[in-house]
Amino acid sequence: MANVTKQAIEPPIGGPLGKAIVWVDERFPLMATWKAHLSEYYAPKNFNFWYYFGGLSMLVLVMQIVTGIFLTMNYKPDARFAFASVEYIMRDVSGGWLIRYMHSTGASMFFVVVYLHMMRGLMYGSYRKPRELLWIFGCLIYLCLMAEAFFGYLLPWGQMSYWGAQVIINLFGAIPFIGEDLSVWIRGDYNIGDATLNRFFAFHVIAVPLALLGLVAAHLLALHEVGSNNPDGIEIKKDLSPDGTPKDGIPFHPYYTVKDIVGVVVFLAVFSAIVFFSPEMGGYFLESANFVPADPLQTPAHIAPVWYFTPVYAMLRAIPSMFGSQFPGVAVMGAANVILFALPWLDRGKVKSVRYRGPIFRWFLGAFVFSFLVLGFLGTVPTTVWGQVPKGLPLLGGVDVATLVARVLTAVYFAFFVLMPWYTKIDKELPEPERVTY
Amino acid sequence: MSAIVLNEVDPKKRRFLIVATSVVGAGATVAGGVPFVASMFPSARAVAAGGPVEVDLAKIEPGQMLTVEYRGAPHWVIKRTPEMVAQLAKNDKLLADPKSEASIQPEYAKNDARAIKPEIFVVRGVCTHLGCSPTFRKEIGAADLGADWPGGFFCPCHQSKFDLAGRVFASMPAPSNLVIPPYKFLADSKLLIGDDSKA
Amino acid sequence: MKTATNTLCRALRTLTAVALATFTLGTTGALASGVEVALDKAPINLNDQASLQRGAGNFINYCLNCHNAAFMRYSALTQIGLSEQQIRDNLMFTTDKFGDTMESALNPQDAKEWFGVLPPDLTLAARVRGSDWLYTFLRSFHRDDASPSGWNNVIFKNVAMPHVLHDLQGTQVLAKTGEKPGHDGHIEPVMKLAVDRAGTLSAAEYDRFVVDLVNYMTYMAEPARAQRSQIGILVLFFLVIAFFVSYWLKHEYWKDVK
Repeated sequence: MANVTKQAIEPPIGGPLGKAIVWVDERFPLMATWKAHLSEYYAPKNFNFWYYFGGLSMLVLVMQIVTGIFLTMNYKPDARFAFASVEYIMRDVSGGWLIRYMHSTGASMFFVVVYLHMMRGLMYGSYRKPRELLWIFGCLIYLCLMAEAFFGYLLPWGQMSYWGAQVIINLFGAIPFIGEDLSVWIRGDYNIGDATLNRFFAFHVIAVPLALLGLVAAHLLALHEVGSNNPDGIEIKKDLSPDGTPKDGIPFHPYYTVKDIVGVVVFLAVFSAIVFFSPEMGGYFLESANFVPADPLQTPAHIAPVWYFTPVYAMLRAIPSMFGSQFPGVAVMGAANVILFALPWLDRGKVKSVRYRGPIFRWFLGAFVFSFLVLGFLGTVPTTVWGQVPKGLPLLGGVDVATLVARVLTAVYFAFFVLMPWYTKIDKELPEPERVTY
Repeated sequence: MSAIVLNEVDPKKRRFLIVATSVVGAGATVAGGVPFVASMFPSARAVAAGGPVEVDLAKIEPGQMLTVEYRGAPHWVIKRTPEMVAQLAKNDKLLADPKSEASIQPEYAKNDARAIKPEIFVVRGVCTHLGCSPTFRKEIGAADLGADWPGGFFCPCHQSKFDLAGRVFASMPAPSNLVIPPYKFLADSKLLIGDDSKA
Repeated sequence: MKTATNTLCRALRTLTAVALATFTLGTTGALASGVEVALDKAPINLNDQASLQRGAGNFINYCLNCHNAAFMRYSALTQIGLSEQQIRDNLMFTTDKFGDTMESALNPQDAKEWFGVLPPDLTLAARVRGSDWLYTFLRSFHRDDASPSGWNNVIFKNVAMPHVLHDLQGTQVLAKTGEKPGHDGHIEPVMKLAVDRAGTLSAAEYDRFVVDLVNYMTYMAEPARAQRSQIGILVLFFLVIAFFVSYWLKHEYWKDVK
């Protein structure tokens, strides 16, 4: 067939707008994209509460970018002016305080939403074949998000910004052989200073956001290529109607667009309650020590990372130094994030969703969540918070109780992954339904 | 046998709800946009830095020009001699807008002298053409400006000419007379540029 | 199967709630020695403009001699109900530019010589230390012959700052009034502050003075705070309406989903 003539396109709606759409559609895959990803993308009809968080993550990403752009109009990435420029935004720029609070609250809410989104994946087996690549893109987004938060936190140039960055960069210094030089290279100087601030600004404002946007696009394309999972973990494409659409599927638009609007409104209500009534969130979203300008000569009493890093921070602190190096703790901290990538291949179960999993998996999942939450709490308090083991005892005598607990919970956290090939194989799973249930 | 069973779709109700949600959404977007748009207006610091400027006239000589910065632009304060003031009334045929109908000045500066007191001339030293700062040429009949040059300002960029009340000559690139800012006298020898409030 | 999942979900949510509840930390002032002194609650009211105005006067007359408030503009004081003329006449001593920020006239060299340390900027003190801490601090100075300035403070041991307000409050001493059993079985003395020589203000008047001052400092640390709560109520009200409208729309479409 040498010549393929394009058929005339039907205007999807009437009037001049319909004609404009046809004009664009002759030159750009507008309607094809609309159909493939919205009006004819069939998603399972039984999405529940846990399925709001992907869309909410995109909302928060857009909000961070918009508020970030307006902050950048007034922020000065210079160690002499950075702190003052943030106060300038808070006081002298009209509405500046609101933009700042939206950005700081958005940063924490991004992690709330993303952790819940990941929890959905764990519960319903959304990482299983054929969604392994989707999961990998998601893990990469998670790593970029942590980097983005880390770079962004230095920018206000407060005491916690400075010393938090000092501690984290020193972790890189713990890497054998290359550590010291690597730290100097990251900092751009022998100590954290203006050079570090400027490059962290570049990473935070342009480099990582671009990477995030690209990864989010890849994440969505990978999802739409295979279709969404659902709370029952069964594939809806097994059962098709005569017209070729899944019997248990509904078009994303209008059903999930309309449902997600409600989700957005509820999220914005929670978000606004925080922004307008408690943006500091008791010192967890905005730490009081960060209202003191960075002072290289004075370390604050308690350096703790922001709450979303505290689970892995507790792990880092729990691992003792070995052979004179902090590296084992750093390695464990890194492994805790990297092991997520392996999940699709660690899971040898037959069913995907926790609804039909056996008791061992449920126990491990609960233990994993418990350990994550308690480790998170431990990361916010000094290791002395629960006192010491009585000195008389062998081996454990004199050790902080919180450190012991953290070590046990770190082991539990890793056990969820490391033992998974074994317990998912032997677990007594329940029969999956033929069609989705609510 | 799909999951969608369209029993009774009430299109009117649907349209109403879609419109209602869209109106609420539009309202939220506009309200949400307010702080962002507001943030781009001059901040309190810009307003403070752009505050009125005091000028001390105690030592100004007749014929002398002082330059001060107000809102980032040069502003001139000139002590005009009686001859300079007298010359102003004779310039009409040279000028495009001798009565200052089309130019920007406060009400009290809409006279021949374009000033509160004719001997103190306050003007924004920025050419109304494209923004260069003209030169002060008070010498009558200057060699390069012609024998009938009455004294005034000459803009080097595109050769616009203004008299000693900042009024633009006819057929110049500049479209209007130089701008007179709001100002007031705090005392006989003290001027405040940028504020003419009575309080 | 579903009930088990529901139980798991419920258990997870309970755990989350418990975990979140343990995140709250109490307000105490911790001394360097680790012994904690309970802080008094400062009665902050950011809507009381009269109090804020008195507090502004207190701050400028007593604190600005040594401390800066480098992020606070004089012109911003119009937000607490003062006119430009009132601010110029009563509150501006070191500058005549209305838009200027509050700078102390103290020379940093002199400060180092007299106090050993630069008096810190106070614009954000209420956000860093907390209003309760400031309120307690300003009422906890007492005589101490062992310190260079002759003064010490119960919640900030060996503070370099002398008791600037002592002619208002009077002179306090820290005296032992009794004993009580301590943490690890030792007997601890019970120390109480008491005014030894009266100042020009009565105890109630001095308390009012400090409340106004701390109220103003709380305002100064975050001028937008009162406005933020007011806007927040409107926003939440609007979002409640938006919830009902959007939920109605959602239900209209979803009743077709079987």
